[in-house]
Amino acid sequence: MVIMSRSTSKFDTKKVNSELVTLTYGALVAQMVKDLENTDDVSKQLERLGYNMGIRLIEDFLAKTNTGRCFDLKDTADKIQTAFKMYLGVQPNVSNWSAAGDEFSFILDSNPLTDLVELPDDLKSLKYCNLICGAIRGALEMVQLDVQSWIVQDQLKGDQNTEIRVKFIRRLEDAMPAGEE
Amino acid sequence: MSDDALFDFLHSEIVNYVLERNQSQNKDAKDEDLSNIEYIGFSTGYRMIERLTKEMPRFKDELETMKFICTDFWSAIYKKQIDNLRTNHQGVYVLQDNAFKFLTRLSSGKQYLEVAPRYVSFTCGIIRGSLANLNINCLVTAEVQNMPSCKFHIQVQRT
Repeated sequence: MVIMSRSTSKFDTKKVNSELVTLTYGALVAQMVKDLENTDDVSKQLERLGYNMGIRLIEDFLAKTNTGRCFDLKDTADKIQTAFKMYLGVQPNVSNWSAAGDEFSFILDSNPLTDLVELPDDLKSLKYCNLICGAIRGALEMVQLDVQSWIVQDQLKGDQNTEIRVKFIRRLEDAMPAGEE
Repeated sequence: MSDDALFDFLHSEIVNYVLERNQSQNKDAKDEDLSNIEYIGFSTGYRMIERLTKEMPRFKDELETMKFICTDFWSAIYKKQIDNLRTNHQGVYVLQDNAFKFLTRLSSGKQYLEVAPRYVSFTCGIIRGSLANLNINCLVTAEVQNMPSCKFHIQVQRT
């Protein structure tokens, strides 16, 4: 048996966590690009993956933050903003509300997911950050909100910021699973 | 307030994605093909260690490198150290984690022993990738007998 010295962490945990996610995600996207011929299919798959993560993340979020029901969409936006801070370590601005108040954007100055990432020319149409859109859709579906989410601006494509748009579609009613009374 | 729940969930999705993909590609394969999960781990480990060791002096020898993997590197990724490191001093190392992160969420009985390989492949890749970057070529396999404990066997390839 080899004696290992106990060391306190040498590294900046926050930075390491964030880079670990970035690199793991990058490796996954690279694998998908290899697997799937069509770039749009990769984008779609990433959204779906984000959705799966979102439906689990919301539980983690609610458990850790002890938040209650949202009053309105504005409140919801603020809470997602907190979630960004919790999971990605960045706080986006909430802005560009539509006149009807059913659509808004998250604006990120920096996006940890795309740190260390460069898109080659033949993948310029890839929606690399679709994971985030999927996560928002998945998380909100678990609290009975049906939304659409998509990327408007992307730093990977040379835009100044990353802008993620969210549009409220409808409130979901509690429905019994099929086949149950 | 950074959080590693994200990494956990991302890892599960990688496992799901690769398995689903395999199923749609070759339905009648007998054994599960986990090589893509391992390869995603390899790429991650290869890049991760490069960033972590950027400012560090060169490791003295192979054993010191392994110790680094067991302590600092493991803590950086799994928030705990490897519990036990054994070696025959001839290129075989056994790293034992008594509560391996990706297995702690599964029942610790025998029920899910069969699917355990799915949840350790990524990490085999991480180890192989990080050592490859430090110029140690090796084979890494994992052995799970009692959940959530896991032993990683490293066999250094000398040419």
